[in-house]
Amino acid sequence: MAAVEGLFTLDSDEPRLIGGRARSRGSYFFPKALAGSDPACLGDEIEEVLLSRTGQLWSYTTGEYAPPAPYVIPGDEFEPYVVAAVRLAEENLVVLGQVVEGVSVGDLSVGMEMELVIDVLYSDEEHDYLVWKWSPTPMSENGDD
Amino acid sequence: MDEIAILGVGMHPWGKWGRNFVEYGEKAASDALADAEVGWDEIQFVSGANSVRCGYPGYVSASTFANALGFTGCQLASSYAACASGATALSIARAQILSGVCDVALVVGAESTPKGFFAPNAGERHEDPDWLRFHLVGATNPTYFALYARRRMALYGDTSEDFAAVKVKNSRHGVFNPNARYTKEYDVDDIANSPMVADPLRLLEICATSDGGAALVVSSLEWAASRGVDNPVRVSGISTVSPTYPNSVIELPYLASDSWAAVGDETMTFKDNIAARAYEEASVSPEDLDFAEVYDLSSAYELDWYEHIGLCERGDAAKLLRAGDTALGGRIPVNPSGGLGAFGEAVPAQAIAQVCEMVWQLRGEAGHRQVEGAKVGLSINHGMFGHGSSVICTR
Repeated sequence: MAAVEGLFTLDSDEPRLIGGRARSRGSYFFPKALAGSDPACLGDEIEEVLLSRTGQLWSYTTGEYAPPAPYVIPGDEFEPYVVAAVRLAEENLVVLGQVVEGVSVGDLSVGMEMELVIDVLYSDEEHDYLVWKWSPTPMSENGDD
Repeated sequence: MDEIAILGVGMHPWGKWGRNFVEYGEKAASDALADAEVGWDEIQFVSGANSVRCGYPGYVSASTFANALGFTGCQLASSYAACASGATALSIARAQILSGVCDVALVVGAESTPKGFFAPNAGERHEDPDWLRFHLVGATNPTYFALYARRRMALYGDTSEDFAAVKVKNSRHGVFNPNARYTKEYDVDDIANSPMVADPLRLLEICATSDGGAALVVSSLEWAASRGVDNPVRVSGISTVSPTYPNSVIELPYLASDSWAAVGDETMTFKDNIAARAYEEASVSPEDLDFAEVYDLSSAYELDWYEHIGLCERGDAAKLLRAGDTALGGRIPVNPSGGLGAFGEAVPAQAIAQVCEMVWQLRGEAGHRQVEGAKVGLSINHGMFGHGSSVICTR
């Protein structure tokens, strides 16, 4: 199940982030519930849209120490993870997410193409709690942003 | 914009003292009153910068500090704007003074901080971006600082050595500051040998969380003159702006930046707008600055500010640093106080502490960290969720 409902689809082949789009203005927001920072959208209808699955890597880093709650450490021991900020191709907004396991900062470079996948954030006896993560696309090549 | 006078400044030294934050605020306020030669019973208005880490007394800081000094029936306002709280509190005091509601006011902020990463409030709040970023991404504050640092490396060719050099510079300044928490002079090897926290940033390059308190006594220029103070340090401009849409940089604590799809302009950033407003109010331009106090939440973050406050073109900050321009004795010293690198961050006190440093510099009382002949200074930071904070002081 989704770690938080309503932010992304659970389609295993083509997962997507669920954003908002101002119908007449055309601005995008993620999450949809945070729509509103564009003053030209005042009174505009915010429709639910699925955001692009791919984008360019805007920047990236690691988390070498365990964050405080509400972060849940998956497994018995904390393992460092990689975080990416990806500029969505069509919507021109930059979205954060963890990077899938097995990818290190040495594998990444600003400008390379990334795609959205669904992965396990943490688990308990009953459920896997799922989240979106970023992964280099199979064809991705390093490039300049 | 009309100006107000800063008559007195005071600080409680930064550290990890583990005591009640009220003590820090009371000490800073008492020092500021003594420095101003103003009696507590003369203060007509207290503007408090709130803490959200010290329980209820932190949410009503003006009343808390007034109580500690003794209730005199003066007017109060308490405000919170994250790291911008101090500038917000000063802006409220300025408005009271310039509107004639009061002549002389006390601005004070203090905090006692827990160790480690700042964490969001308790509870499960799916529409609070501060909760979501921790839960879904594990994005701490250093995550964002590191994203900006890595991007500088990719776009401008900055190096880890450049970032370390910022910390080295600020640690050299901090050695001369009796209110700083860290007064050790670090070298590049110390930094390279400290643990990686958020690649490419290491522990010594990331701002710590500190205890501290800072206070200002401010008045109208007329009231200052009535006390025989004819040439006070003046507050010439204050910026407390929100971002202007679309901000293309992903900011704390959000999961996403603004979308610039509808506007088509990805060059606008919040941090440029903050300084622009302060310059406009003060009728000052970057060339007029003698020094700046900027929010070096990380070593690399200081370089971002050089560009946002107009010391150089975008991408050229490391050149200024390498040339020694921003060190004491250079063309435009940045963080002569030692900055957050030497202080760590005591959130509601920090923007006030920046103003304290400006006052000491402009009075020529900064000792070994004095910027010779300083006449114009700028401080800048921002509070997460979108509170701008910049103050320009002149003498």
